[in-house]
Amino acid sequence: MILRLAIHAASAAVAFGLLAFAPAAHAADSVDPVADANAFKKFFTDKFPKVTLKDFVNGPYSMSEDLHRQWEEKEEFPPYEFALEAGKEMFAKPFKNGKSYADCFPNKGIGIRQNYPYFDEKEGKVITLELALNRCREANGEAPFSYVKDEMAALTAYMAYTSRGKPMDIKIPNDPRALEAYQKGKEYFYTRRGQLNFSCATCHVQSPGERIRAEVLAPALGILNAMPIYRSEWSGMGTTSRRFTTCNSQIRGVPLNPQDDEYRNLEYYLSYVSNGLPISGPGARP
Amino acid sequence: MTMTRVFAAAALLIANGGSAFAASETDYKAAFAAAEAANKEAGALRNQWTTTAATLAAAKKAGDAGDFDTAVAQAREAEALARASIFQATSEKERWKDMEIR
Repeated sequence: MILRLAIHAASAAVAFGLLAFAPAAHAADSVDPVADANAFKKFFTDKFPKVTLKDFVNGPYSMSEDLHRQWEEKEEFPPYEFALEAGKEMFAKPFKNGKSYADCFPNKGIGIRQNYPYFDEKEGKVITLELALNRCREANGEAPFSYVKDEMAALTAYMAYTSRGKPMDIKIPNDPRALEAYQKGKEYFYTRRGQLNFSCATCHVQSPGERIRAEVLAPALGILNAMPIYRSEWSGMGTTSRRFTTCNSQIRGVPLNPQDDEYRNLEYYLSYVSNGLPISGPGARP
Repeated sequence: MTMTRVFAAAALLIANGGSAFAASETDYKAAFAAAEAANKEAGALRNQWTTTAATLAAAKKAGDAGDFDTAVAQAREAEALARASIFQATSEKERWKDMEIR
């Protein structure tokens, strides 16, 4: 009798335990971008209580007062200024067919950076600003630019500049494919890769503000709001594509091709969780 | 007496070991093909490592120079790296969730 009672009690405890854990397991596997974005912001504001939410877009320069002073001084004669001037000229110069970039974008391409990347429901894929710029060129009979070189950085620098201060505003339409792209981007962000066994999050979630060799790691929150960036380490400008591929090779992973689906989804995820933070690009980094 | 036997056994082992590592071109080609196949599998999982590529290149360089001992050693190293990258990609299919901010 006692044995039977004990078995019943144990079965009830197991069943209760299963019930208690079932919703948690379900919540972990469900996709809830709004909850993700809130948790993401809370994580960083809890970790760095002295940094205001808007200031995270300044990357490593938001991580300490000394670095912040360096950034303020840098902004007096910003190293990205040449790229910005070049980008403005390139943007205004008509293609051989007489059309220009302005004809390819809403609001003639001015002040729209905060809406990129977006999910194109016709194509069923994420469209980044870099991709849209090259598609614009090709649609007008021009050769596409390299995604990792100066011309693309200059063009995106100018477009970012026209959006400075505007809050990132990425939408996820009511389309399961959009949610899937977002989720895949999240998976890429947290997946360890390369011989060093690092994920994006290893550096930019677990270790922002810490040094990796001579560099101070930037927080993931708002990290793309500053793109493209002038990096002293590169002695030049870098696009989002350049940043992603370089991160991969630095951890001894073979980078994918710029604008492969994985990188587009990653940009979608990272931009979405930074919604509401201002565009600060073009940026400058050590 | 016992010491003599130990030395004799050691000498035999060294001699056999030496002959086992004298690799041929056939050995090299087999090891290289195995490494390439594993690296291709890692590529299908979108997770190749730069070190695998570099070690494969070193194996080829040694193989082209006729140094098949080095070539086989490098090819085996490349295969081990490729297999590690496959293991990483496979295990991360679920493990990435452990790192997620919730």
